[in-house]
Amino acid sequence: MTNEVLATKKLKNEILVRLVKAFMSDNFAENVRLIPYEMRPKGSDVPFRCCIYKERAILRSRAIAGLGFAMEEDDEKTLLSDFANRALERKKPEEYPLTVLQNACKGCPSSKVFVTELCQSCVAKPCLSACKFGAIEHVNGRSKIDVAKCKKCGLCMSACPYRAIVKTIVPCEEACPVNAISKGEDGLAHIDHDKCISCGKCVSACPFGATHAKSQIIDVLKNIKAGKKVIAMFAPALVGHLPCDASQIKEAFKKIGFSEVYEVAQGADVTAKTEAKDFQERLDQGAAFMTTSCCAAYNELVKKHMPELKPYVSEAKTPLYYTAEIVKKEHPDAITVFISPCFAKRREVLDNDKINYILNFEELGAILIALGIQIDTCEKQDFAYKSSKEARDFAVSGGVARSVLAAWRGKPDAIVPAIINGVNKTTLRDLKVYAKTGKCPLGNLVEVMCCEGGCVGGNAGLSTIKAATKKVGEYANSSYSLKDEH
Amino acid sequence: MKKVKLQVCNGTTCFVMGGADMQNMVDQLMVKFKDCLEIERVRCLNACSLSDNFAKAPYANIDGQLVGNANFQTITKIIEEKLSND
Repeated sequence: MTNEVLATKKLKNEILVRLVKAFMSDNFAENVRLIPYEMRPKGSDVPFRCCIYKERAILRSRAIAGLGFAMEEDDEKTLLSDFANRALERKKPEEYPLTVLQNACKGCPSSKVFVTELCQSCVAKPCLSACKFGAIEHVNGRSKIDVAKCKKCGLCMSACPYRAIVKTIVPCEEACPVNAISKGEDGLAHIDHDKCISCGKCVSACPFGATHAKSQIIDVLKNIKAGKKVIAMFAPALVGHLPCDASQIKEAFKKIGFSEVYEVAQGADVTAKTEAKDFQERLDQGAAFMTTSCCAAYNELVKKHMPELKPYVSEAKTPLYYTAEIVKKEHPDAITVFISPCFAKRREVLDNDKINYILNFEELGAILIALGIQIDTCEKQDFAYKSSKEARDFAVSGGVARSVLAAWRGKPDAIVPAIINGVNKTTLRDLKVYAKTGKCPLGNLVEVMCCEGGCVGGNAGLSTIKAATKKVGEYANSSYSLKDEH
Repeated sequence: MKKVKLQVCNGTTCFVMGGADMQNMVDQLMVKFKDCLEIERVRCLNACSLSDNFAKAPYANIDGQLVGNANFQTITKIIEEKLSND
């Protein structure tokens, strides 16, 4: 995490804490309205933008996203207090997980390839011959690129012996693996929801913090406050993202007001076994490879951008799916909430009627702060079901493949795992080739995780990938292996 | 040799408000100040418990001086001042 990204994360978290505090107060709507003024009171410093009014306007927008609404629909004249009341009345969360704060978006300069003043006006001029589009000419002692002709292929950049040609980028556009976010005619970023896979890479990439997830924090809290039976199902990655022992997590949720807590690792055990069985059947039928199916962003990617890969995706459902099935069977009247390291799971939750809401780790952290819960003082409690070591390690890149191997009862050398650690433009191209050629040269069990590092590297996380991976691994190792289960 | 003592808060508030990144900061500081710095990760400095103080988390304590919005730059500046004071 760089300091700039940290600053935007911190701003978003501060808003969420204040929203929860306002919710706990006796005048929710009015205290929400005051948030921008409390964060930037009269005469205060203006740390980020041009003036205090712009700062407050953006804080207002961040609060609207925190209340769960799309910024694109804001008419700017509706009071924050009205949004707060609407959030209380809302029966179900809004459709699309991500929203762009138009006023926070800088309107970055368009991406272009550009000859810097380091051009030495050399004799050979390899840039001119490298360009296949005739976009470069030599004028006034320097190479110059015609933006209208340039296709941004970058050949001139690698041809220049001085590396004097650079490509500027728009961070959100560059981060998006599927070109779903781009600058519109107004110069600001827009999300095309038909293309968006909700991976949240744009959220992490924007140094102005202009893309937000629409939070369901108020939806969850109002159900708890109404005395309903609200059950938390937390992703295995959470253990790595809180400053406490895994055994203290259950008590922390209960202090918030959840009535029961399940590890989604419980469902991961089912996923691993189902996937191993699925793989055996496919091998028997002569399949060349199979990919995993637990990453929500990957599932959306296949659905929206690579339907040709669909036949190769395992039929096994996600750990969250199986966990929710177990929970709703044991508690048919419960409201279920998934605690997620990422934004992509919002899509999966919206599409599954057994899961009512989703909170990410940042939102959980904000609730802990607002309620003054010191998590490392919580009482240690065991979970009713003890998940396997492999299920608890699901969240780490390679962990899903390892779990399938552990659940495998066929020939030991029949599985060759291939790991896609993070979906980006390059790995996306590889996946397309596998689908087109019907084979994967790296192995036959292809694990795909959209975030680098796996779910522990999810973009709504609180810790670093390295520290979270270590802690999840230690917790996993304290359990039994699926290999030893009969 | 003058030595400065740094305590870094590992409480829930500090962790959520960016404290997770503190481990990187601690590693960088150890490289930079070597033997002039003694670093301790403490369970909680209790700095955030007053109304709006959570917003200034993560906190650190340098020779008894409480520092909010702790990061590599702010902490380095204060340690350098303390080291050059005599």
